[in-house]
Amino acid sequence: MENTAPQLFKVTIDGVEVEVPPGTTILQAARKIGPEVAPPAMCYYEPLKGSGGKCRACLVKVSAGSAKDPRPMPKLVASCITPIQDGMVVENYTNPQVVDARKSVVEFLLINHPLDCPICDQAGECHLQDFSYEHGVGTTRYEEDRRTFEKEDIGPYIQLHMTRCILCYRCVYTADQITEKRVHGVMNRGDHAEISTYIGQAIDNDFSGNVIDVCPVGALTDKTYRFKNRVWFSKPVDAHCDCEKCSGKVQLWYRGDEVIRVTARKNEWGEVKEFICNTCRFERKQTSEWTIEGPTKVSRASVISANKYGKNLVTKPDFALKLAESQYKKIDDDRPYLHEMSEIQQSEDYKALMAKDEKYFGHK
Amino acid sequence: MKILTEHINTPGIETFDVYRKKGGYTAVEKAIKTMGPDAVVEEVKKSGVRGRGGAGFPMGMKWSFLAKPEGVPRYLVCNADESEPGTFKDHYLMKNIPHLLIEGMIISSYALGANKSFIYVRGELMYVIHILEKAIEEAKAAGFLGKNILGSGYDLELIVQPGGGAYICGEETALLESLEGKRGNPRNKPPFPAVKGLYQCPTVVNNVESIATTSWIINNGGEAYAAIGIGKSTGTKLISASGHINKPGVYEIDLGVSCDEFLNSDEYCGGVRKGHYLKAVVAGGSSVPIVPGHLFLKTANGEDRLMSYESLSDGGFATGTMLGSGGFIVFDETACIVRNTWNFARFYEHESCGQCSPCREGTGWMQKVLNRIEHGKGSMHDIDLLVDISKKIEGNTICPLGDAAAWPVASAIRHFRDEFEWHIKEPIAATRPGAVYMKESVLV
Repeated sequence: MENTAPQLFKVTIDGVEVEVPPGTTILQAARKIGPEVAPPAMCYYEPLKGSGGKCRACLVKVSAGSAKDPRPMPKLVASCITPIQDGMVVENYTNPQVVDARKSVVEFLLINHPLDCPICDQAGECHLQDFSYEHGVGTTRYEEDRRTFEKEDIGPYIQLHMTRCILCYRCVYTADQITEKRVHGVMNRGDHAEISTYIGQAIDNDFSGNVIDVCPVGALTDKTYRFKNRVWFSKPVDAHCDCEKCSGKVQLWYRGDEVIRVTARKNEWGEVKEFICNTCRFERKQTSEWTIEGPTKVSRASVISANKYGKNLVTKPDFALKLAESQYKKIDDDRPYLHEMSEIQQSEDYKALMAKDEKYFGHK
Repeated sequence: MKILTEHINTPGIETFDVYRKKGGYTAVEKAIKTMGPDAVVEEVKKSGVRGRGGAGFPMGMKWSFLAKPEGVPRYLVCNADESEPGTFKDHYLMKNIPHLLIEGMIISSYALGANKSFIYVRGELMYVIHILEKAIEEAKAAGFLGKNILGSGYDLELIVQPGGGAYICGEETALLESLEGKRGNPRNKPPFPAVKGLYQCPTVVNNVESIATTSWIINNGGEAYAAIGIGKSTGTKLISASGHINKPGVYEIDLGVSCDEFLNSDEYCGGVRKGHYLKAVVAGGSSVPIVPGHLFLKTANGEDRLMSYESLSDGGFATGTMLGSGGFIVFDETACIVRNTWNFARFYEHESCGQCSPCREGTGWMQKVLNRIEHGKGSMHDIDLLVDISKKIEGNTICPLGDAAAWPVASAIRHFRDEFEWHIKEPIAATRPGAVYMKESVLV
């Protein structure tokens, strides 16, 4: 009998073998294995055609090109645009050259970044924050002035803060592929390149808001949400509505009972699943306009899940509480999640900790 | 041996009639009437001519990589976006003898089966564009261009396209983007232009000088061309000589001439200007590593260095350099290497397209650090920082501009580290106008 199943290619990434169809990129194959081996991506965005290859964050070492031709590739390759070959062996986190190159990419991206995270709306869900925290070094060797730009309003809903931009081109692809009549693109060259609109043109169409979602940093921000909230104080909830323009599937961000922001739903790699229209994003901010589906599943590692959903905003962070929390997270994830100090104090973990080192928690 | 510049001083050679009288367009007749496309490709392959734009990739091989799917047009694009500091050979060739390029374009297009070919000229050279357009009109009137060339049924349209004046558009995929009317950003490779190039069709991009050699190759045969030169560096090469020499200009040399002869003989550069000494040489345009004079004349093993692809790169980046595009810049002892390196870095910062992060941020960073050192505000760890930045850029970028920006800086520090240190240790002396670090051992 003839084998009609599509032929799969075997790839080994950091020692883990995976079978993927031909044409898959190294990054996609690594993502199939899981976040442990998936290279970071600052510019690649799966829903956008042609994105990728620019930030060089996903550089990997190909130590064997394919089963037929097992020579290693001479340079590090951008995994987001390099298609796999059968029998390819890729080294990502296991190769010191790759780790080093990634460190330098973090450094390069940060030298002209203002590092104004404390006042940036994106803080907490910023890809550059995650990237530099995971792959960068704590210090900088850059002594010169950083490039700065004036803030610019592009359209009624969006503000461009070019100083923060890392020129990933995602918004340009979004504007090009999702919205009609692109009026925004990249001007100038080199480190003085900037995202901007054609002179005197504002972004004005129904899907322009999506550029905010695709922006990995806080360069494009929602003017209806600016400076209103920190992301870890809000609670994301999946909701939908009957929208004639888009799928209507969104995430509502609650602070208390108030919807403070509406965004598109994102997958675990921070990529938008379905683009939404401006009406949903900027104008429907009443709970009554939405059908709630339930809380969004947020990764435990994310700062968003560390929030107290607005309850404990004024409570002083208690060191013991924090420690107990982190301890039981490490031990077992299935145990009930305790918020209140009184609950925690009654828990076995807390008591055990106390017994272990009474001296350390001197307040008792 | 003069192949490209044989008739360049003939009065009126820029007109069709004079060019024709001097044996012009015979190669087109020979190729189209008697040879056929495959034979032309075979002849170019035999000649072993290597791309003259800088990378030195064998042209015949590049042509044979061209994908030939059915029903898809193929394009030939001539890269005349020559903007490397120190290189001005294509400009010289195009303005003086435009028909040589046109003839080469017809032969090459015929060989590749392209019915529409482009010459992408950098925008600053508007008058050259007018010269080329005039030459194309003349060739068309004589029946060498347009529909049914020489009654063979082969059509060719030749289009001259001015660029916007960006150095990055000399990179082949950025050139194609620019030609398509987009922002000149280099594309990710693969796919290579031979598979998906201009308008996603198979495309060959060649330098002006490479294309111009084809007419001689067709007239005289690939083997005759391969007999000139040395080893794998066959044929002749135009060298744009500039800097502190007695006779700056464009010279056509047989590859394999010794560097000493090229620099000092009266036939070529005529030596370093009188009363001065050779300090350093940039042998192939600003992007190749700079070498001190003694390493330019002799390799690290003490052998004579020759003007050829292999000999100049002998010793790797530690002691060698590259032939590149032939932008030959000579520095005597009055040249400050730090200032020169800063100048190159400034150029690359300005010309980086800003697409990939190592190049975009790294070129600017290097320029700023070099600026500081040059103006007496550097510190010792800045030198190691520069080396480190250049290492982090090199090889990690989309296109070779990152490498081109990193090599001059890395090589300058490798060979002239004491000069950088002097700038840092003696900031007052070093920032005095015209102040130059003197160390006799590097002077030749």
